[in-house]
Amino acid sequence: MSFTIPIELEAELNELVTHYPQKRSASLMFLHAIQEHFGYISKEAMEWTAAKLELSPINIYELVTFYPMFRQEPAGKYQIKVCRTLSCALAGSGKLHKHFCEKFGLDSHAHGVQTSKDGEFSVEFVECLASCGTGPVMMCNEDFYEAVSNSKADEILQTCK
Amino acid sequence: MSNATTTETKPAPPPVDKMKIKIDGREIEVPKMMPDWQGKLQPTTMLQACAAAGHDVPHYCYHPKLPIAGNCRMCLVEFGTPAMGPDRKPVLNEDGSAKIAKSVLPYEPTSPRGAIACATPISPGMEIYPNSPATKQMREAVLESLLINHPLDCPICDQAGECKLQEYSVDHGNAASRFVEEKVHKPKHVDLGPRIVLDDERCILCSRCVRFTKDIVGDDALGFAQRGSHNTLTNFPGKQFDNNYTLNTVDICPVGALTSKDFRFKMRVWFLKETKSICTSCATGCNVIVGSREGNVYRYEPRENDAVNSCWMCDSGRLNYKWINREDRLTEVQHLKSKAQSWPMALKEISEVLRKASSGSVAIVASARQTNEELYLLKKLATKFNAITDSVPRHGESDKLLLNADRNPNSNGAKLIGISPAQMGSNLPKIADGIRNGTIKTLIVFGEDVTKHGIGTDLLVKLDHLIVSDILPNKTTESAHYLLPGCAHAEKRGSFVNAKGRVQRFLQAIQPKGDARPEWEFLHELVFNVTGQNGFASIEGLFNQMAQEIPAFNGVTWAVLGDAGVTIPT
Repeated sequence: MSFTIPIELEAELNELVTHYPQKRSASLMFLHAIQEHFGYISKEAMEWTAAKLELSPINIYELVTFYPMFRQEPAGKYQIKVCRTLSCALAGSGKLHKHFCEKFGLDSHAHGVQTSKDGEFSVEFVECLASCGTGPVMMCNEDFYEAVSNSKADEILQTCK
Repeated sequence: MSNATTTETKPAPPPVDKMKIKIDGREIEVPKMMPDWQGKLQPTTMLQACAAAGHDVPHYCYHPKLPIAGNCRMCLVEFGTPAMGPDRKPVLNEDGSAKIAKSVLPYEPTSPRGAIACATPISPGMEIYPNSPATKQMREAVLESLLINHPLDCPICDQAGECKLQEYSVDHGNAASRFVEEKVHKPKHVDLGPRIVLDDERCILCSRCVRFTKDIVGDDALGFAQRGSHNTLTNFPGKQFDNNYTLNTVDICPVGALTSKDFRFKMRVWFLKETKSICTSCATGCNVIVGSREGNVYRYEPRENDAVNSCWMCDSGRLNYKWINREDRLTEVQHLKSKAQSWPMALKEISEVLRKASSGSVAIVASARQTNEELYLLKKLATKFNAITDSVPRHGESDKLLLNADRNPNSNGAKLIGISPAQMGSNLPKIADGIRNGTIKTLIVFGEDVTKHGIGTDLLVKLDHLIVSDILPNKTTESAHYLLPGCAHAEKRGSFVNAKGRVQRFLQAIQPKGDARPEWEFLHELVFNVTGQNGFASIEGLFNQMAQEIPAFNGVTWAVLGDAGVTIPT
């Protein structure tokens, strides 16, 4: 599968390279832009980025696998991010995460992001979302929710349909 | 050693700037600068200074021929530097000696703070404590941490016996693990490339392989994915780790993570007999160690020689040993008419044939895969008959690292000894013509299939006598009147001259197959029978005699060659 990139995006990326003393320094910005456009970073996109920045594909692969925010597969239409850092963990974020997983038929013990079979919902644990007094907190796409009980979670899901 | 033994006339080295430090309580002077992995002078590190003082600091990620990474932490040592007063003057003890301030944790001044010896430069007056209780404690802690997720299945691990993790565990490890939790599981039996299998659970993330393939080979193929608890050595998905130097990563892997598909689970390493030898696959002449057991060669490994191959060798050369044990090896002396024959009979008959041969009626095709000693003896026969001689050129692609375009290990030897003309192979058409017009009646062929080089079977049948020595059968050996089974280099001793004019010797790893004999042994007999000249019946004597007679060898002796060889002008 070959990878084609829109001319406008490529122009934007070309311009990005000029911001840095070394081409390699633009890697992260490239990946952000590509994920923004395509929704995820495919293998072909990594190879394209590496070639563009005169790197070896493994250099880009290292970055993509390191940062949890980079996805190698398309995410669901609604991305649910549950905080698992200490305050939220104590306030029951584990229970909340499990609730979502059970609802979408996912494995609550699996590592990393999971997407429901119909491609509608992605569920993942994330680190601190900066509202430690009102745990457990979560995000659904760009919206932020505090003190999410299981019933509140169901209400949030209602708004997604 | 006389002046004649080496031509490495280097200018006198500039005086070395030295520095006084104390290691384990003993004062020692070490150079301020020492060569780094590329041979450039850099400030001497604690590890280098300790090595100079005879202290082996344990390490995993450090390798003298790779850039320093400093990530395994195994080489942590306790150290101190001269204390400075507020006036920036050294603080002295009561006896007038400099007071040493040991390096300690800033927030916990009773705890020593170690430094990684591989990456910390020494400074004047520094004291290093490679054997102190604090150093030992640091090593134990690092080792325990490395072993947390490492599988403890040494009995079924292919690295067992040559594993740094095992060795240091003997020195610094605990008998029992304190770790009761579940170990992190990572990919096993990962197919990295055509020659390498990776077990990620065994990997200690030292990055030697990553640095080797990036900085030495220039193929940035390996890296770490999923940094964190699941940190995994990997190639880019779907992109094979397949350059001609991949197997070196198996050598430098300090643990059993990277294994050679060719060697893994074939033989426990402690059963292997290690013999110093030379790779014969090209004119570079990489120094190798042949690992053999009971007459079988199991592997080649590179042997360090900074004048030739550093610590590396190419995969194609390393795997080019299987022919030694091929089923169809020539193992019997044969005579066209009476098939099987004994060595004494065959040598007697050949000697008679050669004694009767007239000047100019004999031609010799030797091989540039033969040793200097064998070529020297063949040259003696050639001189006796005024014979036209040549050998066969062998060309391939070269690369930037080690592989030479000349695929003969001893082209320079063949030229220096005078068996091969300056343009190797240029006499072959003349030999063919000589056979065609009947002036050449006897052809001696060693280790080459002349039918592939312009002397076809149609010409071979015209000969009165075709005397052939080889290791494996081919069209020429099939036509031979006398067939003398020869030896692979692993089955005999000898020397080669590499592309840069380095004379290097190799030793015998295994016994010859069947009735095969080292070529120099029977050539020595033939030369005596035919010319009456008696050389030396040992490889040492033969080499020394050759080096005396042939000016280019500068009178080097077998003993002077040593393990690393000597460079002569070519």
